[in-house]
Amino acid sequence: MKSAVIVFPGSNCDRDCAVAIERSTGYPAQMVWHTETKLDDRLDMVVLPGGFSYGDYLRCGAMASLSPVMAEVKRLADRGVAIVGICNGFQVLCEAGMLPGALLRNAGLKYVCKAVTLDIVNGQTRFTSAYGTQREAVMTVGNGEGNYFADDATLDRLEGEGRVVFRYRDNPNGSSRGIAGIINGAGNVLGIMPHPDRAFEADLGSADGAKLFQSVAGSALQPA
Amino acid sequence: MKVRVEVFLKPGVLDVQGKAIEAALGGLGFSGVSDVRVGRIITLDIAGDDRAKAEAEAKSMADRLLANAVIESYRVEVA
Repeated sequence: MKSAVIVFPGSNCDRDCAVAIERSTGYPAQMVWHTETKLDDRLDMVVLPGGFSYGDYLRCGAMASLSPVMAEVKRLADRGVAIVGICNGFQVLCEAGMLPGALLRNAGLKYVCKAVTLDIVNGQTRFTSAYGTQREAVMTVGNGEGNYFADDATLDRLEGEGRVVFRYRDNPNGSSRGIAGIINGAGNVLGIMPHPDRAFEADLGSADGAKLFQSVAGSALQPA
Repeated sequence: MKVRVEVFLKPGVLDVQGKAIEAALGGLGFSGVSDVRVGRIITLDIAGDDRAKAEAEAKSMADRLLANAVIESYRVEVA
């Protein structure tokens, strides 16, 4: 599997993501600086990591969504490549219009950093197939603006189309309908607020995040 | 031309900063305060002297970057 981790100025989980991908799947990831104007067409997965791209100026993810590399990320997404936005990466995908909704300031106003239990609402996506019959996953959240918001019609559509992939068991930030992760209509773009990249081996408290990357690897390695 | 763009969370979108400020104002003894909303003001200078053009341009900026239409509304004022 070929994957890339995009590095924006202010990203701080880029290396975590690269290590998580390699340890989870056995395949190394390349790091790509945000000014890059060409992404490898053979990529199977592009990860937008967590952090504080552009210092969260204006709105979280707003500046990064306009980075030169994002035109390429969109191009690959249109070709069906798996795109994973984690935390700030989720915010970037929303700001880029690649996923519906937005991430607001946490309802409790506090930055939350803790392990959370997620319900795997849809286990049949490219990002969850490796979970098999497992219906919950433990990962860590670390966000101040992780409060997922969309209007009711959008939320109904997401739920009706099976696009809510992960849901918090105990909502830590006020997210609408407890949503922790969603996919786009085509099913190849995932935004997730908790960090699979901080939960890829037991020493980290949970290895459940590894299966997310393994799911993508599994679909990538199937013969076409 | 001096242009001022006000960006606020849409009505119905929970403004947690506004809520916290409202509670703090109550704590300071200001009673009867409600509906505190926190927004953002962006000022900029647009070259030329065509008001309509400056306003249209600022609106386009707000649509594309300064405001996020999912959660925010905006108002443009040309000085």
